[in-house]
Amino acid sequence: MHIIVCMKQIIDLEKIRIKADTREPVLEGVPVRFGDFEKNALEEAVRIKEKQSDPSTSSGQVVKITAVAIGSLKLKDTIKEALAIGADEAILLTDPAFNGSDPMGTARALAKIIQKLGGGDLILLGEGSTDNHTGQVPSRLAELMGLPQVTYVRELAVLEGGVVPNGRIRAVRDLEDAQEVVEVGLPAVVSVTGELNTPRLPPLTAILKAARKPTKTWGLNDLGVAASEVGANASTIQVLSNLAPVQQRKQVVFEGEVGETVNELLKALEREGVLSA
Amino acid sequence: MSSILVYSERESVALELLTFAATLAPQAVGVALLGQEAAAWAKDCFAHGAGRAYANADPALADLQADVLAEALAQIVQLADACVGYSDVILLGSTLRGREVAGRLAQKLNAGCITDANGLLWENGQLVATRYALGGNTISTEVIRSARKVIAVMPQTIQAAPTAGASRGEMIEAQLSLLPSPVKTVERRAKQAGSVNVESAEVLVCVGRGVNEQADLVMIQALADALGGVIGCTRPVSHDKHWLPESQMIGMSGKLSSPRLYIGLGLSGQIQHTVGIRGAKVAVAVNSDKNAPIFKAADYGIVGDLYQVAPELTKKFTAR
Repeated sequence: MHIIVCMKQIIDLEKIRIKADTREPVLEGVPVRFGDFEKNALEEAVRIKEKQSDPSTSSGQVVKITAVAIGSLKLKDTIKEALAIGADEAILLTDPAFNGSDPMGTARALAKIIQKLGGGDLILLGEGSTDNHTGQVPSRLAELMGLPQVTYVRELAVLEGGVVPNGRIRAVRDLEDAQEVVEVGLPAVVSVTGELNTPRLPPLTAILKAARKPTKTWGLNDLGVAASEVGANASTIQVLSNLAPVQQRKQVVFEGEVGETVNELLKALEREGVLSA
Repeated sequence: MSSILVYSERESVALELLTFAATLAPQAVGVALLGQEAAAWAKDCFAHGAGRAYANADPALADLQADVLAEALAQIVQLADACVGYSDVILLGSTLRGREVAGRLAQKLNAGCITDANGLLWENGQLVATRYALGGNTISTEVIRSARKVIAVMPQTIQAAPTAGASRGEMIEAQLSLLPSPVKTVERRAKQAGSVNVESAEVLVCVGRGVNEQADLVMIQALADALGGVIGCTRPVSHDKHWLPESQMIGMSGKLSSPRLYIGLGLSGQIQHTVGIRGAKVAVAVNSDKNAPIFKAADYGIVGDLYQVAPELTKKFTAR
């Protein structure tokens, strides 16, 4: 079984500064990391591998995990975390030609990589990226590859003795008003939520070993994608502006003895006139 | 603009989208009614501005699987192209199901797509959408450049209203060629409907990871009661600990609320949560860490232990 986990490198959203005069976000120099749900996806892949390779819980099939990651040149460092968590190998897409891709461009690039990897059995993604969260890439990727999709997954199990050659999964999907239990034969595209698991913190030994795992960097030529098909030029989305909303909070903070701070707060709320309708 | 096609698996959202669509292209608004249940919505859809309803209740649509819905909509787009002219805009509801359909449909149509739009307007001859970006740090204003445009709009972005002078629309039994999805729904577990409405609350008291035990929510409820308010929470409280229904989660992936007074206790104030209370008139934070980001998103803050501050607040509010 080949599990392919698609991971997006994002900037640390808590560290974004907003320019006071223009309300523009300052993105330069902000540290990068993997998105939250992608780590859940990777953790789940590792758990499936552990379970499948344990003779007491399965028929013992070999599971290989490939992490596919798109991001800046810093990805060469970021990816070590994924390898330490348990990916067997990594494919990196750091070609600047992919910068500014819209979800269609990203899905196209991922589809090409996955095809080059032989298709994979289970393709895992986060249900949305932590930064822009369009949630389009899993659906677009599934459509491009002609595969079924199971989104918003909070529980996932590989079924034993499935009738489909590549196996079968059962998943619990989380919607607003209901959970849906679904089954589908592999290969399939699955997107996961943060409730699926708690990603492990890799031990130091795993981080050291991660440097020795195979990592390949592929560019446009490796994928056979034209520069016009991806990146900002191919983007179907034009951003007219991207600014922090005007939000003026007073940020008055009371410190000290509880009774006094509460009294201060009460006075302030009375002045604001918000204590009665 | 030539023509608009509207779809949502929720009738209320379909009516919101039709209300907006009718202001743009009153002669050329169609609605897709997919599945058994939706056929009954035609009359309301016509009253809200749909000129045509494309209905299909193929058994393959029964479980509303995204792949079948996207295929059905792609075929209806072709039908509408032939009936009323090129369908350049497809409006969907940005429910969880709507959002996944949006991506798949957009890919079938080779179209650009905007999901989670929280504002939509017609400006200088183009459809302009706004959505949160960078995890809620910013609001991105976007247009789609491809010939077809798929936009998934958040529920309650638009107020539904019947269209003045809307006449009887045309009901079209859409002939579609659909295959059942390989994804089989084997069980559907309805979630416990929350009786608490955080979206329309006048006073909203929110809790986060700083609350140690579920039993401690009694103390928080007492505070909410003293103010005539309701309790909301951050994602870990509802989705990980399951102490409160998911319908009470406030933030990016939950509910948005514009209360007169918001009090957040024992929560750090990550942008994913505070996005949900941007509309609050006055925001108050209680946290033992004076560097917690919530103090930047609040008008007034108390640095202190919520287990001491909350009962004191309850006592003083009750005494007023």
